[in-house]
Amino acid sequence: MSVNRTPLIYINNVYFGKEVEKEKVLNISDLDYTSIKKKLTDRDISCRELTEYYIKNIERKKDLNAFISVFSDTALEQAQKIDRKIEQGTAGSLAGLVLGVKDLLVIQGRKTTCGSKILSNFVSPYSATVIKKLEAEDVIFIGKTNMDEFAMGSSNENSFFKPVKNPHDATRVPGGSSGGSATAVGGDLCMAALGTDTGGSIRQPASFCGVVGLKPTYGRVSRFGLVAYASSLDQIGPVTKSVSDTALLLQVISGHDERDSTSANKGVPDFNGSINQNIKGLRIGLPKEYFSEGLEPDVAEAISLAVDFFKRNGAEIKQVSLPHTEYAIAAYYIIATAEASANLARYDGVRYGFRDESAVNLEDMYVKSRTKGFGSEVKRRIMLGTFVLSSGYYDAYYLKAQKVRSLIRNDFESVFKSVDCLVTPTSPTTAFRLNEKVDDPLTMYLSDVFTVSLNLAGLPGISIPCGSDSNGLPVGLQLIGKPFDEATILTVADFFEKHFVE
Amino acid sequence: MIYEPVIGLEVHIQLLTESKIFCSCSTRFGAEPNSQVCPVCLGMPGVLPVLNKKVVEYALKLAIATNSKINHRSIIARKNYFYPDLPKGYQISQYEEPFCEFGSIEIQVDGRESRKIGLTRIHMEEDAGKSMHSESYVSENESLVDVNRCGVPLLEIVSEPDFRSSKEVSAYLTRLRQIVRYLGICDGNMEEGSLRCDANISIRPQGQKELGVKTELKNMNSISAVEKALDYEIKRQIAVLDDGGIIQQQTLLWNANKNIVEPMRSKEYAHDYRYFPEPDLLPIVITEEWIEQIRAKMPELPLVKKQRFMSEYQIPEYDAIVLTDDPSVADYFESVAKKVKDKKAASNWVMGEVLRALKEINCDIKEFSLTPDSLAEIIQLVEEDKINLKIGKKVFEECLSTGASPSKIIKEKGLVQISDKSEIYAIVDDILTKNPEEVNLYLQGKEKLLGFFVGQIMRETQGKANPKTVNEVLKQKLNDRKN
Ligand SMILES: [Zn+2]
Repeated sequence: MSVNRTPLIYINNVYFGKEVEKEKVLNISDLDYTSIKKKLTDRDISCRELTEYYIKNIERKKDLNAFISVFSDTALEQAQKIDRKIEQGTAGSLAGLVLGVKDLLVIQGRKTTCGSKILSNFVSPYSATVIKKLEAEDVIFIGKTNMDEFAMGSSNENSFFKPVKNPHDATRVPGGSSGGSATAVGGDLCMAALGTDTGGSIRQPASFCGVVGLKPTYGRVSRFGLVAYASSLDQIGPVTKSVSDTALLLQVISGHDERDSTSANKGVPDFNGSINQNIKGLRIGLPKEYFSEGLEPDVAEAISLAVDFFKRNGAEIKQVSLPHTEYAIAAYYIIATAEASANLARYDGVRYGFRDESAVNLEDMYVKSRTKGFGSEVKRRIMLGTFVLSSGYYDAYYLKAQKVRSLIRNDFESVFKSVDCLVTPTSPTTAFRLNEKVDDPLTMYLSDVFTVSLNLAGLPGISIPCGSDSNGLPVGLQLIGKPFDEATILTVADFFEKHFVE
Repeated sequence: MIYEPVIGLEVHIQLLTESKIFCSCSTRFGAEPNSQVCPVCLGMPGVLPVLNKKVVEYALKLAIATNSKINHRSIIARKNYFYPDLPKGYQISQYEEPFCEFGSIEIQVDGRESRKIGLTRIHMEEDAGKSMHSESYVSENESLVDVNRCGVPLLEIVSEPDFRSSKEVSAYLTRLRQIVRYLGICDGNMEEGSLRCDANISIRPQGQKELGVKTELKNMNSISAVEKALDYEIKRQIAVLDDGGIIQQQTLLWNANKNIVEPMRSKEYAHDYRYFPEPDLLPIVITEEWIEQIRAKMPELPLVKKQRFMSEYQIPEYDAIVLTDDPSVADYFESVAKKVKDKKAASNWVMGEVLRALKEINCDIKEFSLTPDSLAEIIQLVEEDKINLKIGKKVFEECLSTGASPSKIIKEKGLVQISDKSEIYAIVDDILTKNPEEVNLYLQGKEKLLGFFVGQIMRETQGKANPKTVNEVLKQKLNDRKN
């Protein structure tokens, strides 16, 4: 393929002594969208070239299993349309951003599998609000990313499709449940991706894959078109290569949506204004419960280097306490599974999705379709959630968990009186090996020990790369903000990303 | 042993909102199956409900009309169960902290003193779809589902177990239906299912405090069916107990063809609905201001209207009850009564001719072709002796069939009453001369023949003669002949 405009680099591919094709090699694997956007406006590069580049990468790194479906044809068409818009100067604010979308978000006319057999053939008749907003800003949807079935998992091994692998070490997990999105961005299969976060499902995989992942405040982003796992905890957020890309995406997807009653009727600040700011005088809290046993020494070391960095750059570091942290995992697994047990009741084989045809009557159809259609972790959580809502147990479990939730929320409220944000590790460990924890769900659940509290309290949190462990695996640093104050954590994250030197 | 029945009711009313409770689909009845649906009411993955504010307004109206205590904050809940006509696998309803509580409805039975039936609660919820199993178009081993009804707003009105007879139940249902029609929030049509009633019923020896084992009665599609089903069930329970048996707690269906109750055939589960607060919807917050806004717009309620009719139009209580039964009839009556001097005549005409005509042509009063103005005109003409009552009724029929105005009909058909004595003298003379035999008999004492002469005269004048004048003149002329 030959290119007419000024090329970046030409390589002459010689095959059997014959020049077959002049190929333009895009040297962009280290570039975020913010940098590529300049090249697009300068017309150094085209959307079509970018899209081709990522489609090739997806094909080349197929074994990572990052995508469930790839929109090769339509993405190229879309890219060409946007190229014309760039020429005409009518392109949207995210023109040419090649985006992967977690397969839990619906796009009209596209399969939305949720990583499950029960929806493996489901085509959505409508698009999520975030998809419409991104479409309007000329994002290029490259495909739907792999995930733990119905977002239930911390390793991406619970996908009906193959497990996703870590782009830094294919013998390791990418984290979950937005593992496909994190691998796709970390492995340079797309520029950025959308994930969803119910108990850490954006931040933990972002941490494992060495990328940026943000969970916005509950209510910041419309959930309309996000297939619910746990409605009171789910949020959509970006997975990106840089903090400024996260700010750009957050800007577009945020805002009240009349189709989501739980979306906040609050103004959206200019998140791009949080980029390239100083952290001098900022009060950063270190919750002592997040630096206890179970934390890998390499992770602790990396985080303490980061804390030193913040101190050196004028931030005020404070030791704080969130005393109810130890109850967070238990409360989370009661509330999340209770909501999930109802949210997943609609997958019954009646109107859409998988139906077992051997059933002889209605009850048999329900039992067989759901037994065969759901994977074991999903069934475990449906049973757990059904149990905690049952009469006679409701008060002891569900109601009590809600009380714990309030206590956790109060913990944060009181520490935020004296600090502007909190710094913690995102996960106690770096990426673990495939199959290492599959047979031990409880250990697996502890992978989210530092992330779930934010979902329970509805707070924003961002995970950013923070050095690596002795195996060269990425460590993630988590910044926790006040409700609807994504701006502060974006500032700190961006400052760290730009100025921290290992 | 004398037994006392104890009955409580759960009534569901379908609200007359244009759109469904959580999406913008139409609620129109009788549309093509599965034509009024969208991803939200189909329970597609990823959808979210948004509460229709009109539903809350309608619920507020009923809460005010029943003197209920409105909770300023009420919780929406999920009620979990699997059924093909329930797309999400849960029904969005209310459980703890319902919309309102502790209301009451006043009933009166057989002219006895009126009595208040307590309302435990009123809450809002969404309707489910319809499953079709044994219709002609459904093949064996197949069930079809129509989702149109999914998400149609309902209010559930739960009464206290305050009823002691089936008569009280039907009085309550009649009153409740009347109230919701007055409020314009439900058409109250039990046959079409827009008002549905389930009953819990037990019996106990008279004087005993503790309750007996209750059964639940369903599938009653009219108020009379409810009454019949309850009477049947009371008798059945008494027979069981008198026989030394025990009542089984169960759900029974009324079979209107056989006039019996039958146990529900499908497998009954001990349902655990696992209610929990709906995380997709915020609690419903009702401000005092909102309540006052609705209160200001409340229509006059039946009992108040009845009292007012009695005092304002000086009509008997019976008339007022009949006229206020249906708010549209009451409006019609009022429009007529305001235009005529004789209010009782207006009441008689509406209760008699108008209601009869409506029944005959099976028409709603809102579509009735004879306007209140036309009826008032007829009544006035009678009042002013321009026509007599009989002619008035004839004019009424003519107006109905032709659509013409009363004055036009009277003019065209020459129906103006003959009240002029000299004209009537001539006719009376003529009739008496033509019937000498009857005159003789009359004069010999057969005074019943007076009616015969009146009939002859009315026939001669095609009913136009003023009957009063005719009687007067006739008696005078006959007396003249006596001497
Ligand atoms: Zn709908």
